[in-house]
Amino acid sequence: MTYAIQAEGLVKRFGETRALAGVSLTADAGTVMGVLGPNGAGKTTMTRILATLIEPTEGTARVGGFDVCKQAHQVRQLIGLTGQYAGVDEMLTGTENLVLIGRLLGLSRRSAKARAKDLLERFQLTEAAERAAKTYSGGMRRRLDLAASLVGDPKILFLDEPTTGLDPRSRNGLWDIVRGLTRDGVTVLLTTQYLEEADQLADDIIVIDRGQAIAHGTSDQLKAQVGGQVLEVAPIHEADADTIARVVGDLADAVPEVRGGLVSTPIPDPAIMPAVVRRLDEAGVVVGELSLRKSSLDEVFFALTGHHTDDIDAEAGELAQAADKEGASA
Amino acid sequence: MTTATLTPQPLTKRVSPAIAARNTATLAWRNLVQIKHNPMELLDLSIQPIMFVLLFSYVFGPAMKGSVEAYLPVVIPGIIAQNALFAGMSTGFGLNTDITKGVFDRFRSLPIARSAPLIGRIIADTVKQAWSMIILLAVGFAIGFRIETNVLALLVAFVLLLAFAVLFSWTSVYIAMKVNEPEKVQIFGFVVIFPLSFLSTAFIPTTKGIPGWLAWLMDNSPVTQLVEAMRGLLVGGPVLEHALIALAWGVGISIVFAPLSLRAFKARA
Repeated sequence: MTYAIQAEGLVKRFGETRALAGVSLTADAGTVMGVLGPNGAGKTTMTRILATLIEPTEGTARVGGFDVCKQAHQVRQLIGLTGQYAGVDEMLTGTENLVLIGRLLGLSRRSAKARAKDLLERFQLTEAAERAAKTYSGGMRRRLDLAASLVGDPKILFLDEPTTGLDPRSRNGLWDIVRGLTRDGVTVLLTTQYLEEADQLADDIIVIDRGQAIAHGTSDQLKAQVGGQVLEVAPIHEADADTIARVVGDLADAVPEVRGGLVSTPIPDPAIMPAVVRRLDEAGVVVGELSLRKSSLDEVFFALTGHHTDDIDAEAGELAQAADKEGASA
Repeated sequence: MTTATLTPQPLTKRVSPAIAARNTATLAWRNLVQIKHNPMELLDLSIQPIMFVLLFSYVFGPAMKGSVEAYLPVVIPGIIAQNALFAGMSTGFGLNTDITKGVFDRFRSLPIARSAPLIGRIIADTVKQAWSMIILLAVGFAIGFRIETNVLALLVAFVLLLAFAVLFSWTSVYIAMKVNEPEKVQIFGFVVIFPLSFLSTAFIPTTKGIPGWLAWLMDNSPVTQLVEAMRGLLVGGPVLEHALIALAWGVGISIVFAPLSLRAFKARA
């Protein structure tokens, strides 16, 4: 069968840097493919290749059955793209932005206007329709951007970090829109730094880091892949945390994470619990808290990439702040 | 579903010339309709030329040629040429804005002619150039400048100026591809175009008395050639040689900068 999106061994070099180091993926029609990874992982590069904006250095990709390099024009007739930075003309009104795209896609002036009106209504932008896009809030801009990518009724939609920098309410609104689109049969490739977003929307998730796919599956499969359970131990005396980390790490054959006197370790098998207790007793550590729980996607991410999503969230927070400042000064 | 849903059409394999022309016209419209929401841009296109004409004519005129009237045939064609160089920077400025804001990516993800975003912008900028030239001639006329030639020469002057401006604007396109914010295109305009336009005969009748090497530089500047050709076309004097040299410069500049721009664009994408 043909996939809506099919990429094989995508490599992209920019001079010395290798943004993508051989990523493959497939997405069935009508599903949401989540591409999860930190900043600089190669998500945007991959999206740009699939959306025909750049050509891969190596590898091939087909979108809607067409080769993204050799049949780019056909691919462009099937796709919609919403980039990381809202690609709307700030000088034009909401209506003009959408009419512009409609006209470029070959609609008559009248149909382009009708289409713009429908989309603005659907994205709750009717009131702002005749205002220049530069007066829009971040959330409104993203909605207008998404509307612009839907003017041509795309079969396949690329959303590159559509919610980065958005407040929770706008984010939920955007999620609903994406769900609605998949119900209409649209295939979505969504990149995100947020595990929750991938968890909420994606049928299938590929985790990429430093240009490489390091895991692939549904969110449940990913959770299971890294053990699925986490042992948390907190000593009475915080100084004992290192000892605990050594003991548990040894038994679980994993790298524990120490944070504020709490040692968390992904474990493959709960059966090691008695051994953990015995060894800690022998080492003379008094344990204040000991618990076993299912691992969160955050831990999955950490186990796979070696860094936390918190680091990314902090970065994203700064970016959002910077964007706010920019918005305020504009 | 919505009322204006597109009916699925068979996919085309390439953009036909007719569609390419339509895409280009649509994008030219887009660049001009922006003025409606940003009237400041129109002021920018009008006020700076007016200010220059008035300042140069009344401040430098008497010292330069004995009177304002006598200086006008010198300075009006000069300011027209200088203004064209500056206005050419707006092509790069707008292009860089589109690239950094992601608008360019959107266009490139659409099934439209690849050349349409750039050519559409150049056409819109040419319209703006023509507007500036009309303003300059009108203000000049108001304070006593008269076209001494004929309508045909005036038309040729328009064509020559717009052609040179388009060819020369490849420099600003190239800068636009190399820098990461639009303001840097403006800085380039200031540090390069400003001296370039002054190191010419745009504001002076002759380079006599200027140190030899500098006079040589000024006499051979493409701006001087353009200015002299414009003078010939508007108030009389030799035209052909100057016009051809100016155009040759323009062609040379675009032969160098067009491929460089293309390469820089591919490298940054």
